[in-house]
Amino acid sequence: MSWAVSLRLLAAEDLLSVWGLVLLLVSAWAPAKGRAITWAAVGVLFAAIALVWPNVSTGLSGADASAFYAQLSVDAFASYAKVLIYGAAAVSLMVAPAFFERNGGYRAEYPVLMLFAALGMGLMVSATDMMTLYIGLEMNSLAAYVMAAMLRTDGRSAEAGLKYFVLGALASGILLFGMSLTYGFTGGTGFGAIAKALAAGTSLSMGATFGIVFMMAGLAFKISAVPFHMWTPDVYEGAPTPVTTFFATAPKVAAMGLTMRVCLMAFGGQVAAWQQIVMFASIASIVVGALGAIGQGNIKRLMAYSSINNVGFILVGLAAATTDGSAAMLTYLAIYVVMSLCGFVVVLSLRDADGKSVESIADLAGLSRTKPGLAAALATVMFSLAGIPPLFGFWGKFVVFQAAVAAGLLPLAVIGIAASVIGAFYYLKVVKVMYFDEPADKVTGEVGSLNAVLLIVTGLFISPLGYLLTGWLGALARGAAVALTKAV
Amino acid sequence: MIEVIAFYLFAGLAIVAGLNTILARNPVHSVLWLILAFFNAAGLMVLLQAEFIAMLLVIVYVGAVAVLFLFVVMMLDIDFATLRAGFIRNFPLGLGIALVLLAELVMGVGAYHAGGLQLGVADGHGAAIAGASNTAAVGALLYSRYLFLFEAAGFVLLVAMIGAIVLTHRERGDVRSQNISRQVARRPDDAIVNVQPEVGKGVQL
Repeated sequence: MSWAVSLRLLAAEDLLSVWGLVLLLVSAWAPAKGRAITWAAVGVLFAAIALVWPNVSTGLSGADASAFYAQLSVDAFASYAKVLIYGAAAVSLMVAPAFFERNGGYRAEYPVLMLFAALGMGLMVSATDMMTLYIGLEMNSLAAYVMAAMLRTDGRSAEAGLKYFVLGALASGILLFGMSLTYGFTGGTGFGAIAKALAAGTSLSMGATFGIVFMMAGLAFKISAVPFHMWTPDVYEGAPTPVTTFFATAPKVAAMGLTMRVCLMAFGGQVAAWQQIVMFASIASIVVGALGAIGQGNIKRLMAYSSINNVGFILVGLAAATTDGSAAMLTYLAIYVVMSLCGFVVVLSLRDADGKSVESIADLAGLSRTKPGLAAALATVMFSLAGIPPLFGFWGKFVVFQAAVAAGLLPLAVIGIAASVIGAFYYLKVVKVMYFDEPADKVTGEVGSLNAVLLIVTGLFISPLGYLLTGWLGALARGAAVALTKAV
Repeated sequence: MIEVIAFYLFAGLAIVAGLNTILARNPVHSVLWLILAFFNAAGLMVLLQAEFIAMLLVIVYVGAVAVLFLFVVMMLDIDFATLRAGFIRNFPLGLGIALVLLAELVMGVGAYHAGGLQLGVADGHGAAIAGASNTAAVGALLYSRYLFLFEAAGFVLLVAMIGAIVLTHRERGDVRSQNISRQVARRPDDAIVNVQPEVGKGVQL
């Protein structure tokens, strides 16, 4: 394969890296032009979406999608994930300048770091080799650590950055250890070579089992699945809200896509070796996410537990280990990303008269009377996250459980549905505070036209109108899931 | 014969240097012993015909890591006496961990020699090029097959560098930074004034 073909397949990565470098130089010489650089970066991300979109709609897969000696694959699966990643990164970038300008200092390097993070996440979901996987993961993580600590004057932000860094480095170490064991016992770093060595029917050596377990542990940290979730509430609460918006969406998609490819492609022949781990992580995440959220008084911590809870539901699809399961996961991921974006844009819009952010749930009391639009948006997000039927969030849970039941995992589905009822409690509590409590009159600040537009677009997607998209979204997700299994 | 002598020389010195690294009272001496240990490890690598790793050990570990340690030891005011205070108390625990690690090593190597471990077979694209030094072999792989990953790793380092600068650099108003172009462009006429003060009046600047 020639370099030109590989580079053309990776057009989106080429674009992101070149523009990342250009904007880095611009930010070095014109540090005051933060807003212009941000919008340029948003434009670059949308251009990258336009470049990968054809791969999703044509369902590119197999050898046609493979670049650089099968170290990467830009098949429909990777491209589908990239559309979500670039879109989520673009939205969380759009809302950043206003927030940082209110809270002391916007750095022109922020959009540049976001572009490099998006580049790394693109590599993560395209990776068909453990080395690509690790480099993509580190590129994204390093940018994420810095973004979490971006507000240096805020102690919580610095704490979030440090915690994320220390625990992320530990998880990377565990992942690397698992990768080295897997390499030692299979003889290859490419997913194709690993899949061949661990083909169905071959007996799994003890060392390779250890490798799989350690890799799953490292990946579980990155998707914040229980029992490796402890960092999530602290980091989500401490990081600046636009950064939390980013953490809850794009890196989740990237890490989940990576986990799917590792499990279904590299370890696809040895489903029994990892299925129990995924089932445990799934149930534990659903339960811990639901129970942990109940006592939270901070809306960002609540959203953190909600994301743990949602990761559990997504993993139900992975436990099924079927094409239906993967398609359901991809559908759920798309809905989850839009729900989270909508939720965090609401959180960003909650401001008091001085423009300070309001994060306490108690301060939202009576929001329906002071800010009916915001209250309606947040109520939509909460009902949707809880999976209450007329809203689009229900559809994601429905397809995932359908896939699990079809794969014969009835107990998993039953426990998941039972726990989602517990989860509904805290989502509805927020709605109750907003609609039935006496007004606290804390949230009085302007919403801003950009946030309003974003709220309307994302809100319409998760509203019952979203069901008009089920056929289209389902077809795209199925095409991506088929490409994932065909890549073996 | 000469190889065996060289091996025992390097291995013995490496052990002695390693012991002295943890036993030396002065932390600066510890770092210097550590550097000696690195050099001997590099010698062992040369004996294994892994001259590229030997060079990396010297350049990266001696040149960068050990010097960094030395900086840290010299610049931070750490009271090493208090750090060592719990040594005797924690000694049994440390010994226990060391024994566990030793047992793991013995069992791992034993299982390997007994044929209990089924290691994977490499697919061969990383095989050494006949007649080339292993530096050349690594380079040939790195700049062809793994070129993309090499470049991507460069981006990882760039991100780390941007991060370090973003988190630590701040504009400070009270610093008088050097403006070289202004210095160079300055003419003698701007800087030198010829005055002829009246006697007894002093100079006005």
